[in-house]
Amino acid sequence: MIEVSDLYRDWKEFSLKDINIEIKENEYFVILGPTGAGKTLLLEIIAGFYFPDRGEVRIAGKEVTNLPPEKRRIGFIYQDYSLFPHFTVEENIEFGLKLRKSASPDTTRKRLKEIMDWLGIAHLAHRYPATLSGGEQQKVAIARAIAIEPSILLLDEPLSALDLRTKDYLREELKKIKRELGITMVHVTHDQTEAMVLADRIAVMMRGRIMQVGTPYEIFNKPQDEEIADFVGVENILSGVVRNNENGVAEIEVDLGCNIFAISDYRAGAVKLFVRPEDIILSESRGESSAKNVMKGRIEALDDMGSLTRVKMDNSLVALITKQSRESLGLQKGEEVYATFKATSVHVVR
Amino acid sequence: MKLLSRLPGTEELKREKIYVIFLFLGLVLVAFVFITLGDMLYRQTEDFPTLIDAVTNSVVLKAIGISISMAIASTLIAFFFGVPLAYFLARKDFPGKSIIEGIVDIPLMIPHVVAGIALYGIFMRYGVIGAPLKRLGIVTTDAYLGIVVAMLFMSLPYLIDTAREGFKEVDPRLENVARSLGASHWRTFREITFPLAFPSILSGAILSWGRAISEFSAVLILAYHPISAPILIYEKFTSFGLAASRPISVLLISICLVIFVLLRVLQGKRNY
Repeated sequence: MIEVSDLYRDWKEFSLKDINIEIKENEYFVILGPTGAGKTLLLEIIAGFYFPDRGEVRIAGKEVTNLPPEKRRIGFIYQDYSLFPHFTVEENIEFGLKLRKSASPDTTRKRLKEIMDWLGIAHLAHRYPATLSGGEQQKVAIARAIAIEPSILLLDEPLSALDLRTKDYLREELKKIKRELGITMVHVTHDQTEAMVLADRIAVMMRGRIMQVGTPYEIFNKPQDEEIADFVGVENILSGVVRNNENGVAEIEVDLGCNIFAISDYRAGAVKLFVRPEDIILSESRGESSAKNVMKGRIEALDDMGSLTRVKMDNSLVALITKQSRESLGLQKGEEVYATFKATSVHVVR
Repeated sequence: MKLLSRLPGTEELKREKIYVIFLFLGLVLVAFVFITLGDMLYRQTEDFPTLIDAVTNSVVLKAIGISISMAIASTLIAFFFGVPLAYFLARKDFPGKSIIEGIVDIPLMIPHVVAGIALYGIFMRYGVIGAPLKRLGIVTTDAYLGIVVAMLFMSLPYLIDTAREGFKEVDPRLENVARSLGASHWRTFREITFPLAFPSILSGAILSWGRAISEFSAVLILAYHPISAPILIYEKFTSFGLAASRPISVLLISICLVIFVLLRVLQGKRNY
């Protein structure tokens, strides 16, 4: 559906380098990356607001690299909603509808009403954007974008400026749009939860480059390198050397001075190991467990994060446990615990 | 102080001392303007018959008419060429941009007499522009065109600078969204950018118009005749003194203030 190939662009403090991505029809594609990675610029180039220095953008097989945005029929939603302040809600949504060649006053009215009802904003029709809440503004922005029946909807940090409840609610609305309208959606964010919940596939972008493309599971559990791992919240990154490998189970001697078992084909050499903190189970005794790896440590810090607690141990491991298990274990700072994790939870890279 | 402390909001003022002090400092300037003009207006009311004479004097009315209409012409020209330039400067970065912006602002910096002499140099019969115009039968010096040229030169920075700041305040993302919705760049400018920048553009036009009306030195050198209001006032002052020049002055600023206030009211009407 959208193919970006060998794309380069320098713009102010941002630059895009060697961008190659292929977004499939009807896909919910999330571009995830830290602030300043160039995500918005990439989205704006797909929309046609800016043109690349080099490279190509194709939409539905057609080259559009130098096509102006008004000829692309791509819906675009910015973080700050960018509603036209001098138009009412209704006029905002109508703006694109009226420009269509087939538009007659009747069909425009009908479509307008349809969309406003669908998104539950009919009661706002005659209000000006400045009088709306953030969530309402974002719904109007969505209505305005989908009014023109685009085949692609681009969203630049659409939920970032909203409070948690509104965010959850609009996340569901976005899913609904994808489901009911069958639009290809490309969504830029720095928020991992957003990416995890919404994405069919995720592209991780850093410093103007696409670092990795994959399903949410792949991105969060099998990051390709340390930098991505760190960004997607893999808090346990260990260095080690493979000592042995039996039937795809590698025994790796890590710097902590013990051996860790992992599913890997590596037979020797230095490697990095990634273990997500939520994959680590804590217990008071070594116990009987099917998990392969058990490491003893002393609790250095317990950070309450609402429903979860982040436990930091003196052997440098970090675990995320539920409030419940924290209470039932009665964890205290300075206490000795056993950290257990499966060989399948360890992702090994060179 | 006892009385003051009983007024509502005094506690607040105490907490915000800096505003109180700055207000009093600023009031010096406000008073300066107000007293100067107020005194002139007040004295004129004591001498009402001369004001009536001025209102009914055809030479005076013609001079004021010339000033107002030539200033409108000058502002329209500045608008037609200046608004596109302002938009361009607001949106595009390029090497040498500050040079262009500097050139636009030169009229703010140079003495008006100097501007008049420079304009005279190119618009006189043998001047770079004056000569070819003369061949076409167009004379600038001591003509309506001369007044407009002098006014335009002195007033164009006000319109361009204000309009440019207005355009800068219109988020380019609004334009991006409009275009993604199918509007051409022209249509986007017409329906989004221009209406949103319009209050600033109007402000710039008002400033520019006011500056054009008040232009004296440059007009004096380029086109003493047909006689415009500031020149007539100056002529009356040097020949017959304060009493003769004041009624015309009062009439001119009264008309200008009315127009100024009307435009401001018009501009203030925004429903978003």
